[in-house]
Amino acid sequence: MKFYRSHILIGIDDSSLQSGVKEIENSLRQELDKNNLSDEVNILETGTLGYFGTGVSITVYPDQITYVNITKEDIPEIVSEHFLKGRPVRRLMLDKEFTSKYDFGYKRRIVLENSGLIDPENIEEYIGTGGYEGWEKALTEMKPNQIVEEVKQSGLRGRGGAGFPTGLKWSFTAPLEVEQKYVVVNADEGEPGTFKDRLIMEGDPHKLLEGVMIASRAVGASKAYIYIRGEYKLCIQRLQHAIKQAYDYGILGKNIFGSDFNLDIYLKIGAGAYVCGEETALIESMEGNRGNPRNKPPFPGVEGAWKAPTVVNNVETLANVPSIIKNGADWYAAFGVEGCTGSKVYTILGDVKHPGLCEVDMGTPLRTIIDGYGGGIKDGKEFKAALVGGAAGVFLPNKMLDVKMDFNSLQEYAAVLGSGAILVMNEDADMVDMLWSVIRFFRHESCGKCSPCANGNEILYRLITDIRNGKGKEEDLEHMIMLSETMKESSFCALGQSLLLPVKSAIENFREDFLARMK
Amino acid sequence: MYEKFIKKYAPTKDNLIYILHEIQDNHPQQYVSEEAVQEVSEYLKVSPAHIYGVLTFYTMFSTKPRGKNIIRLCESPPCFLRGSEQILKKLKESLDVKIGETTKDGLFTLELCACLGVCGNAPVMMINEDVYGDLTEKKVEKIINDIKGRQE
Repeated sequence: MKFYRSHILIGIDDSSLQSGVKEIENSLRQELDKNNLSDEVNILETGTLGYFGTGVSITVYPDQITYVNITKEDIPEIVSEHFLKGRPVRRLMLDKEFTSKYDFGYKRRIVLENSGLIDPENIEEYIGTGGYEGWEKALTEMKPNQIVEEVKQSGLRGRGGAGFPTGLKWSFTAPLEVEQKYVVVNADEGEPGTFKDRLIMEGDPHKLLEGVMIASRAVGASKAYIYIRGEYKLCIQRLQHAIKQAYDYGILGKNIFGSDFNLDIYLKIGAGAYVCGEETALIESMEGNRGNPRNKPPFPGVEGAWKAPTVVNNVETLANVPSIIKNGADWYAAFGVEGCTGSKVYTILGDVKHPGLCEVDMGTPLRTIIDGYGGGIKDGKEFKAALVGGAAGVFLPNKMLDVKMDFNSLQEYAAVLGSGAILVMNEDADMVDMLWSVIRFFRHESCGKCSPCANGNEILYRLITDIRNGKGKEEDLEHMIMLSETMKESSFCALGQSLLLPVKSAIENFREDFLARMK
Repeated sequence: MYEKFIKKYAPTKDNLIYILHEIQDNHPQQYVSEEAVQEVSEYLKVSPAHIYGVLTFYTMFSTKPRGKNIIRLCESPPCFLRGSEQILKKLKESLDVKIGETTKDGLFTLELCACLGVCGNAPVMMINEDVYGDLTEKKVEKIINDIKGRQE
C-alpha cells in the first residue's frame, strides 16, 4: 500500500457537478503533477461534503481544512501555498467558527457517518470502516426473528414521512409462509425540498445495500428492488456499481457467506411521478403500470408486488439498520428521545446563510437546526416562516420554532416531520405566493384516480389564484380549509390527504398576508 | 426499427418503463412514437392503450417530438422561493417559446418539472442529463449561448 502525506477529499454530488467539479479536479491533478506532488498528495472522490450553495468544496486531511467556492483559477495558489509551503489559503477556508460550533465532526451521525469521508465507489473503503459487519452478524449469528426483534427494540420508525415502526412492519411479513417475498426500497424521493436519500445513495451506497440485505434476511425475501427516480442519474450509476461489487465479493448472490441464503438486488427506474412515493403506487409502477395507488387493505406487507408479501421501506430507514444490528438496539435507542429514537437527516434550504444538510438526534429543536446548521437568515433579514416536512408539511411562524423535531412533539403543534425538509423564508416572502406554489405542485401531481383529490386540487388552485390576483374574498379562506378537510377525509391516498396541513397552517398562522391581498 | 433497444430486455411487463426510457433516450427527437408503441406492444404482449396510458402518466416521457436539448425548470416551492418565475420568464424570452414548445431550430424544448432534489442550489434546471443550479438571468443566457455555440 502506498502512503501519502496528505489526502484531498473532493465532494462529488449533483450540486458540485453543476459547479464544474470534474474540471477543477483535473486541473488540481495537473497542478500537483507539475509540482511533483502526485506521490505525496492523494485525491479521493467522495460523496457530498455537505456545504451547498458554496460551489466546489474540498477537505484536506490530516489538516482538516475545508476550502469552499473554489474555481480553476484558485488551484495554483492552493497547491503552492498549502501543499508546497504549508500555509492554508485563508480567503477560501470555510468559516472555522461555523464548523466547530456544530457537529460537522460526525460524532453523532449514523446514516451519513461515511458520507464525505470514504470513496463511495470502492467497497473496500466501506468494509474498512466496519461496513457489512452487521450483514455478516445478521446472517451468521442471528435468526430472522431475532433481527426483527432487535429492530423493534431499537425503536426505529420509518423515515419516509409516516413514522411507522419498522420492526412492526417487518413482523407482519416475516411469518408468512409463501414461496416468494420481496423487499422494496422507496428511493422515489420527490417531496419538494428533500434530497436526503440522494445524499445517502451518492455518498455511501453500500450502507443502503447492507440495510436491504438485513431486511431481506429478516423477512425472508430472496429478491429486493430499489425503486429510484429517473432524475437521480449519479445515484443510479453509483448503486449499479455498488451492486456489482457486492456480487463480486460474494456478499450478494447465492449461498452468501456459505449459508443457504440467496439474495438478488435489482434497480427499478421511475419516470417522474410524485405519487409513486406512495407505496402501493410505487408497486404499480414497478410492475409496469401507471402509478395509481391501490386499495388498502390488503397492505403490501401481505399482498404487494406481483401479489407477493412485500416490505416497502424508505432509503433512510434502511440505512439505519446496519448500525442497529452491528451495535445493538440499546446503542441505537440512546440516540434521540423516548418514542423517537435515533437520528434524522434534514435538508435546510431557502433564505438561510448555509443551505445544506445535517444529521442530528431526534428531538433537536427546530431553532437549533435553522440558526445553527443553517447559519440563520442571510442578508441581515428577519425570519418569517419555515415550511417543515416538504410541500405536504406545515408553515410554522417564529413563535413555534422551539418545537422539538420528533414525530410526537411535532404532533402537538399539528405539524409533521415528513421527509425532513426545512424550507426557511425571510420577511420578504409572501405566504399567498408560497401556498399558491404548494397547491400548484399538488394540482400537477394528483394522479386523477379519485375525485376528492383531482377536483379538490383544481378548486383550491382556482381559489388561491383568485386571492393572489386580488380577486379573493375573506370567506374563501374558510372555504379552502373546509375543502382540504374534506379531501383529508375522503381522498384515496396520502397525496390528496396532504393539502390540509399546508393550507390550514398558512391561513391560520399568516392570515394577515391573505387579507392584505383583499383590500 | 426499435428492435435493438427493445430486445435488450426480457419480454415482461415490468420492463416497460425501462424500454420506454431506452427508446426515448435513443431517439434524436427524444420521444416515443406511435410505431415504437406498436413494436413494444407486440413484444411485451400488452395493449397499445396500456402503453399510451403509461407514457402519458409520467412526466419524463413524451409522445410528441422534442428538441435536442430538453430544458426542465423546477417550479416546486423551494425554487419558487428563490426566483424560478423570473428564470422562466427569461427562458421564454430568450428562446421565444411557450412552456412545452420547441424552438424553430429544434435545439431546445422548454418544460417545467417538479422537485429535482438539488434544492441547496435553487433555482435549478436540468438540460438533458445535466443539472444547472444557482440560476440567475445572466447565467441562463450564458448556458443557452454555450449550448448554441457547441452546435455550430
